[in-house]
Amino acid sequence: MSEAKPIVAVQNLSKSYAHDGNAVQVLNNLSLDIPEGEFFALLGPSGSGKSTLLNMIGGIDRPDSGSVEVAGTDIVQLAEGALATWRANHVGFIFQFYNLIPVLSALENVELPLLLSPLPKKERRQHVETALEVVGLADRIRHRPNQLSGGQQQRVAIARAIVTDPTLLVADEPTGDLDRHSAEQILDVLGQLNQEFKKTIVMVTHDPRAAERAHTRAELDKGELSGLR
Amino acid sequence: MRLFELVFLNALRHKLRSFLTVLGVAFAVLAFGVIRTMITAWYAGAEAAKPDRLVTRNKVSLVFSLPIAYQPKIEQVPGVVTVAPGNWFGGIYKEEKNFFPQFGVKMEPWFRMYREYVVPPDQWKDVLAERNACVVGRKLAQRFGWKLGQTVPIKGTIFPGDYEFVVRGIYSGRDPGTDETQFFFHWDYLNEAIEKVYPGNGNRAGFFVVQIADPANGAAVIQTVDAMFENSLAETLTETEKAFQLGFVAMSSTIIAGIHLASVLIIGVVLLVLANTMAMAARERVKEYAVLKTLGFRGWHLASVIGGESMLLAVVGGTIGLVALLPLIATLEKQMADFFPSLPIDPLTFVHGVGISLAVGVAAAIVPARGAAKVSIVEGLRRIA
Ligand SMILES: Nc1ncnc2c1ncn2[C@@H]1O[C@H](COP(=O)(O)OP(=O)(O)OP(=O)(O)O)[C@@H](O)[C@H]1O
Ligand SMILES: [Mg+2]
Repeated sequence: MSEAKPIVAVQNLSKSYAHDGNAVQVLNNLSLDIPEGEFFALLGPSGSGKSTLLNMIGGIDRPDSGSVEVAGTDIVQLAEGALATWRANHVGFIFQFYNLIPVLSALENVELPLLLSPLPKKERRQHVETALEVVGLADRIRHRPNQLSGGQQQRVAIARAIVTDPTLLVADEPTGDLDRHSAEQILDVLGQLNQEFKKTIVMVTHDPRAAERAHTRAELDKGELSGLR
Repeated sequence: MRLFELVFLNALRHKLRSFLTVLGVAFAVLAFGVIRTMITAWYAGAEAAKPDRLVTRNKVSLVFSLPIAYQPKIEQVPGVVTVAPGNWFGGIYKEEKNFFPQFGVKMEPWFRMYREYVVPPDQWKDVLAERNACVVGRKLAQRFGWKLGQTVPIKGTIFPGDYEFVVRGIYSGRDPGTDETQFFFHWDYLNEAIEKVYPGNGNRAGFFVVQIADPANGAAVIQTVDAMFENSLAETLTETEKAFQLGFVAMSSTIIAGIHLASVLIIGVVLLVLANTMAMAARERVKEYAVLKTLGFRGWHLASVIGGESMLLAVVGGTIGLVALLPLIATLEKQMADFFPSLPIDPLTFVHGVGISLAVGVAAAIVPARGAAKVSIVEGLRRIA
């Protein structure tokens, strides 16, 4: 995979948390390249810092030192407002617990990120419908999250993540809260997004079957990365 | 969809909580409106005072009277049109709780001057013809069911004795704010009674109402009148009718200040109620705020959604309160007809009601909105819902 240029380039990343007075080093001088179009799985024991690393790649957390370049932009250097705009344009987030807004329908949840764009209503609607079709939920657009199964909610969340056509998808244990069958469906969708739509995906997972779907796997343990394949 | 729609959807999440909060604001604004209307009515007596009327009284205190002989002297002052003497009677009709103002006045100049008290001409002839006739306000007659020709016994307190008056005239107000609860009888009748019981104590007036030709000339007339009686045994103090009335009202100004304070406290309490509702709502939604920020929304987006919800609850509550004010005041107006000639709602009350609602809405949102704007994404996402 080294022939493609890296779309994510993490260099000398360090992050520690103060805990009971002493600093706990979660990431220590960590470097990582992820090529464009990759489906990358990050594994490792609980508490090893997987989410912390993913959050910094997605631009919702900041390191103590080091740089995170995504598609040529060092996002660590961006100010708060610029970083928010960057996230809106370049990253789609998928969380373990879906994190949909309960009072909004599937359609409205997916439309949310587009409200920050200058798109007129009609075009927004088209984008939303396309995204919901990709995840196979075109017939559930009026449903509220509490009227959907976990797997369906996660597919709405994926539609919300892809509706802005981002550079990068980051997923933190996207199948962690789902049964086998729903998990397979989610992994199918992610696989399709990677294959057909050429989306770069960085996925944190505990699930060996999910990891199998990825092209590249790496394990994070005690602040160190080791490639599995 | 627009982000703004979240304001409405969020407000409907906890229907009972929102309903109770709206009700709280409604009650507060309603209480504010009632208090304001009552205070305005309290001052209305002074507002109804005419600028062309002055009142001359004893300089020392209202308790002391003036010689009736002052009347022709004041009439001589340039710019004075009419002078009418009056005595506060302060009697009791049957029971002490049946209070209403009674005055012994020189009927003819008095009613010429108080042209807003309208007595039908046929009744007026009877009033002038009978020594112990009285003229009563329409509302007062209604209150006690008095009819023309009826005898009304009143026990004197300042001027002890049992008096009997015959209702010969019922006046009605020309203007909406006119006081229709007063009771007037002949000064001469009172004077005779006093002379009979306390010889040598009669021929005095509690005050003179002085009508002037030109209100702009008031200061000059006041000066001339008071200068005229300077260094006499009974020096005078002349002021406009309005200032005279306000002097009465001012006695209760401490009570009114207390009531004002109460209305401010009510607003303060409802501010806390709304602030609490908004703080609870914002706390429950921290994770959603973190998600919205992840999607690229900024702190001010979240702050305006919270502010919008707070203002929505406050304005809906305030509107309900102001709408409810109309029937409530109408009812109170009937109930309190004996005390207030009328209870008009000042249009400014509505402006203030809306203003208070908006201000409470904004103030209640400040802390939760700032909290949401500052919430760290990572912290928010870790929050267990
Ligand atoms: N806000 C924080 N304050 C203190 N310590 C923190 C904070 N956030 C994370 N940590 C610590 O950082 C370490 C890594 O956390 P992280 O959530 O990245 O782990 P993880 O690999 O994603 O674990 P899991 O598989 O259980 O999700 C943990 O030891 C955690 O306790
Ligand atoms: Mg994690």
